[in-house]
Amino acid sequence: MNKQKIMLAHGNGGLLMQRLINRLFISNFGNKILNRLDDSAVLSLNNKGKKIAFTTDSFVVNPIFFGGGDIGKLAVCGTVNDLSMMGARPLFLSAGVIIEEGFEIKQLEEIVGSMRRTLKEAGVEIVCGDTKVVNKGACDKIFINTAGIGIIDEGVDIHSARARAKDSIIVSGPVAEHGIAILSQREGLTFKTKLKSDCAPLNSLVADMLKFSKSIHVLRDPTRGGLATALNEIAAHSNVGIEISEKDVPVRASVKGACEILGLDPLYLACEGRLVAFVAQDKAKSVLGAMRNNKYAKNATIIGQAVSRHKKEVYLDTLTGSNRILDVPVADQMPRIC
Amino acid sequence: MCLGVPVKIEKIEGNTALVSAGGIRRKIGIELTPGVKVGDYVLLHAGFAIEKINEEDAKETLALLEQMLEYTEEQNQK
Amino acid sequence: MKYVDEFRNSAIAKKLVHKINRLSKTIKQDIALMEVCGTHTVAMFRHGIRNILPKKIRIISGPGCPVCVTSQQDVDKAIAIAGSKDTTITTFGDMIKVPGTQSSLAQARAEGNDIRVVYSVLDALDIARKNPKRKVVHLAIGFETTVPTVAAALKRAKRLKYRNFFILCAHKIIPPALKVLLNSPRCKINGLILPGHVSTIIGARPYQFIARKFKIPGVIAGFEAIDILQAIVMLLEQIWMEKPRIDIQYTRCVHSEGNVTAQRMLTEVFKVSDVNWRGLGLIKKSGLALRNKFTDFDVQKQFSFKLPKIKKTPCRCGDVLQGIIVPVQCPLFRKSCTPSMPIGPCMVSSEGACAAYYRYHGGKK
Repeated sequence: MNKQKIMLAHGNGGLLMQRLINRLFISNFGNKILNRLDDSAVLSLNNKGKKIAFTTDSFVVNPIFFGGGDIGKLAVCGTVNDLSMMGARPLFLSAGVIIEEGFEIKQLEEIVGSMRRTLKEAGVEIVCGDTKVVNKGACDKIFINTAGIGIIDEGVDIHSARARAKDSIIVSGPVAEHGIAILSQREGLTFKTKLKSDCAPLNSLVADMLKFSKSIHVLRDPTRGGLATALNEIAAHSNVGIEISEKDVPVRASVKGACEILGLDPLYLACEGRLVAFVAQDKAKSVLGAMRNNKYAKNATIIGQAVSRHKKEVYLDTLTGSNRILDVPVADQMPRIC
Repeated sequence: MCLGVPVKIEKIEGNTALVSAGGIRRKIGIELTPGVKVGDYVLLHAGFAIEKINEEDAKETLALLEQMLEYTEEQNQK
Repeated sequence: MKYVDEFRNSAIAKKLVHKINRLSKTIKQDIALMEVCGTHTVAMFRHGIRNILPKKIRIISGPGCPVCVTSQQDVDKAIAIAGSKDTTITTFGDMIKVPGTQSSLAQARAEGNDIRVVYSVLDALDIARKNPKRKVVHLAIGFETTVPTVAAALKRAKRLKYRNFFILCAHKIIPPALKVLLNSPRCKINGLILPGHVSTIIGARPYQFIARKFKIPGVIAGFEAIDILQAIVMLLEQIWMEKPRIDIQYTRCVHSEGNVTAQRMLTEVFKVSDVNWRGLGLIKKSGLALRNKFTDFDVQKQFSFKLPKIKKTPCRCGDVLQGIIVPVQCPLFRKSCTPSMPIGPCMVSSEGACAAYYRYHGGKK
C-alpha cells in the first residue's frame, strides 16, 4: 500500500500526473482504446463507416467566474473541444453537477445560463444529467463533469499518433490566455485589467477544416500544460521531432506583460479556445485559409514543422537565433519572483 | 534571483502607483523610488518599483551596440 | 514591450555572438565565467545562450538562487509554523517544493495547512489585513533586490499597527558569499557576470574587492539576451586586456552608488547577521535579521518550535552552487534526484542549476 499522498502537482497535466495515470489507472483499466490516451475515445460499433467519439472531463476551476467565461461555459467547451479534436461532430453531452451546501442560487443560475448559451452556439444538447449537493466544505462551491458523444465521419482519421515529418504545425490564435486569466484573478496575483480567457467551442472551426480532412493528421487543444505540453505529447505519440520558432508563436501583448511580471512562460499556460493542427505540408496554406475565415481563428498562423530528426523531442528557435529544447513541465508553473 | 520587469507609471496615489505593461495594469509600491512621475518607466520587482529606468542610458546602450556592430561588419568586409 | 523587446533583437544578438567568437580566439586559455543570479541561470537557458557560445567559454552557475541557498532549518521552521493554530504561511512560489529535513511546504499544504503562494510581500500584508483573526507569517527569502520591498512593507505594517503580520527572516546578501567562493581553492573562474537587479539596489562599489583583491573582472549584467551577450563581450575584453575592474553593462537600471533610498530603508529595518547557506555553510555577516525596533514582526521572537534533527543527504548542491561540479556530475542527478522527486534545492527551484539543466537538456544530455 502506498503511503504517499496525492499532491496538487498530480493533477496539473505534467510528468507527475502522467506517471499517476500510467502506474495506477492504465495498469488497472488499460485496454486498446484507453491506452491511446487521446482527447476522446474512438469507438467503432460495427467496424466500418462512421465511428463514435466519447469523452469525459471534470471542471473544478477556481475562480468559477473569470474574464471571458465561467465554469459552466468551460464545462461545455472543454468536452465539445475534446470531441472535435478527433475530427468528430459533437452531438450530445451529459452533465453531472456537484454543489456545495450554501452555494448561492443566483450564481448557479448564471452558470447554467452560460452553459445554455454555449450549447446553443455549439449546436449541442445536454441529454442526461445528475445533481448532487454535499455538505459545506466537501467540495469547493461547484464541480461539473461533462461527458460527450460525437460522430466521426467515414474517412476521417485524426489522432495524436498520426503526425508525419514535414507536417506544418498551425496554431489557431494567441496562446496562454485562459491560463493567465485564471492565475491573474486568484488571490494575491491581481491585475487591474481583466485578462480574458479564450474559452470557446471549436467545433465550427474544425468543421470548416474537415474539408481537408485527409491532410489533417493531428488536432489538439493545448489545455493544461499549454502548447509546449501538447507538442511534446504529439511528438512522443507520433515518434517525430518538432521544431517551432519562438517569434512565430502568437502571444497578445497583455498576456506577454502579465507573464513577464509573474515570471511565467506563455508556452506552458493553458488555452481553452485554441487548437494546434498538424497538416500535410502541401495543404497547409489551404487549411490556414479555411481557418482564418472562422471567427475563432482569424489569426491562425504556422509556427513550425514536424521533422524526422530528434524524434520525440520539441525544439524551439529562440529570438536570439539559438535553438533549445522545449520540455514537458514537471509541476505547476508557480509565479517566480526570485 | 530577481525578476524585474519594466513597467510604465500611469497614476500615482501616495505610496502606490498604477503601472502598465503590455496593456495590463497593476498597483505597486513606490516608496523605494521617490520622485518618480507619471509617464516614467520603472523596474518592477515583487510588487515594488526598485529603480527608475533611465531612457537615455537605454538608448545609448542600443546605439552603441548598433555602432559597434556596424564597425564589426566593415572590418569583416575588408 | 518597451525596454524588453529592443533587448531581444536577434540581429544584434547574432552580431554579438560573432564578436564573442572573434574575441575568444584572441584569448589563449579556456574561459570560465560564473553567473551568480538564479534569474541569469534561467535567462541563459531560455535564450539558448550556452548553445551559441564557442566551446572554450564555459558558463558556471553560482549560488545566486535564494531558494537553493535557504537552509534546511529555515524550511523546517516554516513547516513548523504552518502547523500552528490559525496560522497562514505566505511564500514565493519556488519555496513550496523545497525539501526540509522530513517534509516540504507542499506536503504540509497537502496535509491541510494554510500555505499560500504570493507574488509580493504586499499580497501577504493584504491577507493579514483581510484575516485579522489569523496570524500571517511571510517566509522572507531573497537577496538585496527583495529585502527593501520587505522593509517597506514592514514600515507600512508598523505605521498601520498590524498585530497579526510576521516574517520569518531568511534574507541573505550576495557580496560575502562571493568572497567565500573566490577564496575557495577549488573555484577557478576568469570572470563574473554580476546580478543586475541586486546591483540596482547596492550599486557597483560592494564588488570592487573582486577586481582589486582577486584580480577577476566583473560585469553587472541585465537579463535580456543582448544584455547577457554584451556583458560577455565586456568580460572577454577585460580578460584579454588583463586589467580587471567592475563594469556596468546594465546602465539603464544600475548606477554605481545604487538605490540610496532602498539601501537606507534596508538598514533602517534590518541588521547584518551570521547565517547558514545551504551547501556553503555558515558565512559571517552574510544574512539579515530584524532590528529591535521591528521585533514585533519577528516570528522567531513570537513562536518557539520543535525542529527535527538535521540529516545529511548525499546531495551535492553545495558543490554545484560553488561551480565545482556541474549538475550532470552529481551521482544523484537524473537518477534519484529529478524535478518531480527532488533531493536537493537546486533541483527544486526553477532557477536552480540542476533544474535548469534537467529542463533544458531534456534530462538526457
